Amino acid sequence: MLPIVPLGYYLGLSAIIFIIGSIGVMTRRSAIIIFMSIELMLNSVNLAFVSFSSFLGDTTGQIFVFFIMSVAAAESAVGLAIIIALFRNKQTIYVDEVNLMRW
Amino acid sequence: MAEMQLLLPLISISSFALLAVLSDAFTRKTKEITYYVSLIGLIVTSITAIYAMALPANTSALTNPLDSISKGMVVFGGYTYFFDILFCLSAFMTILASRDYLTKAYTEYKEYYSLILFSVSGMMMIAHAGNLVMIFIGIETMSIPFYILTGFIRNRYRSVESALKYFLLGSFATGFLLYGMAMIYGATGTTDLALIPLKFKELTFNPTYLSIGIGLIIIGLSFKVAAFPFHQWAPDVYEGAPTVITGFMSTAGKAAALVGFIIIARALVPNVYFAAYSSRTAQSVQLVIAIISAATMLIGNISALVQKNIKRMLAYSSIAHAGYLLMGIVANNQHGLNGILFYSAAYLFMQIGAFIIISVLENAKADNLDLDNYKGLYKTHPYLAAMLAMFMFSLAGIPPMGGFFGKYYLFAAAIESGFVWLTIVAVISSIISVYFYIGLVLNMYFKENDGEEFPDVKGAYIISLLIATVGILVIGIYPSILMDIITGLW
Repeated sequence: MLPIVPLGYYLGLSAIIFIIGSIGVMTRRSAIIIFMSIELMLNSVNLAFVSFSSFLGDTTGQIFVFFIMSVAAAESAVGLAIIIALFRNKQTIYVDEVNLMRW
Repeated sequence: MAEMQLLLPLISISSFALLAVLSDAFTRKTKEITYYVSLIGLIVTSITAIYAMALPANTSALTNPLDSISKGMVVFGGYTYFFDILFCLSAFMTILASRDYLTKAYTEYKEYYSLILFSVSGMMMIAHAGNLVMIFIGIETMSIPFYILTGFIRNRYRSVESALKYFLLGSFATGFLLYGMAMIYGATGTTDLALIPLKFKELTFNPTYLSIGIGLIIIGLSFKVAAFPFHQWAPDVYEGAPTVITGFMSTAGKAAALVGFIIIARALVPNVYFAAYSSRTAQSVQLVIAIISAATMLIGNISALVQKNIKRMLAYSSIAHAGYLLMGIVANNQHGLNGILFYSAAYLFMQIGAFIIISVLENAKADNLDLDNYKGLYKTHPYLAAMLAMFMFSLAGIPPMGGFFGKYYLFAAAIESGFVWLTIVAVISSIISVYFYIGLVLNMYFKENDGEEFPDVKGAYIISLLIATVGILVIGIYPSILMDIITGLW
């Protein structure tokens, strides 16, 4: 029988992905890259949910992941539309050039 | 079938939101129909909520959630319907005032009304949530329409910019909230908020995951209610958004996020401490929320002092009001929760009223929003000036307006639970806030008009303003009317 990968490894991976995502949000300039980093954070949450669900033997976590995925899809539709509206107004998507008001 | 009656408000608002989209698709020529469908939808939903509130409390769905169709996902208590009515009322007032505002900015698209209904349905889901999944779905159903509505005037750069900021920071906060929920799920093995306290009782939970989870959830929810240190998005978003939407977001949206906060806090900080460990966690969570609340009030009011733009000033003041409302969660007793209900109602009337007046006086380019533009307003618009002055007195907490008793109940609840220092901070910060609220009133009444011209608009906004005025006066002069309704709702 193969030894199973312990829960800590999955959670560690998910925490690393989450941290990469949040660093990306805080340091990148392009709105699209920031948005991709946010998606990365949501996916790390999915990983955490699925691994907890598997180790607890409880399906709630996996169902939660479906909800997160569908909401992320809705969010990306709206987000990309907002970025397009910004580009039409200002011809840029760099957030540091978007500073009519103080950030 | 008793449960279907209890579910009626949620079903009704969702159906009317879909109906509004469909009516938009089938009636190309006219804008009237979507507008009236959404107004009727909100009225019908309020009536069903009042009906559901009046149902006898011994139905099986209430006594034993796991026997019900919704399996404890949706809870039905008095407070849920109270908030349903509150959200419908604020959306109703907003929609009435929106029509002329949007026409003025040449952006009266019909989607606007259905988006407002969708966000109301999200808020109602949060109020009815009995499970972390429901809170997440509710918060997102509320926030996604808000992102669109913030950038609704899409040829006005300021509006689009604030939409982008709101969207990026809002989804960032959602990430934290979700990671916190994942950790709480991992710690307790359940997402049902009624079962989490039982796990504390049985001591079957993982304390490490639980602490991480609570921390991340508090970060995520602080973002959503715009509490310190995650309040920075609020002034920018509230300044750039269409003014009527700012009023809606800063009252109903904030109240909804706060209900989510209360529901989660009640599960994680149980009133009855079961074991030594859980009591220590509960007390530290309470202390953290107390510090957030104190800092939010002070930062909000102090930053509002130096603002030149009226929308920005009210945005900072709304941050401070989130701080006052958090005191009710800190108090963690019956009076604190009642105080939150009372203050949310009072705050809704005064804040939406103030923003509707600003939206009426705003010109087509939205460049007369400085405090100096309001000099001598009483000469040109005596009624609007009087109402705005009344809303400002109420926001400052001066009797006999509704805001005074709201603050009184919250402060009394905090003292009762032993947080005297928090009450002292709250009193000091509300004294600070008097300065800038009264400053606006002074500008309107005691300064000379320097040739400022305001558009003269007539429209349905008068109905909203009447609702707001009557609301704060009635609950300010006879607070017992509202208090009698509220008592026993939790």
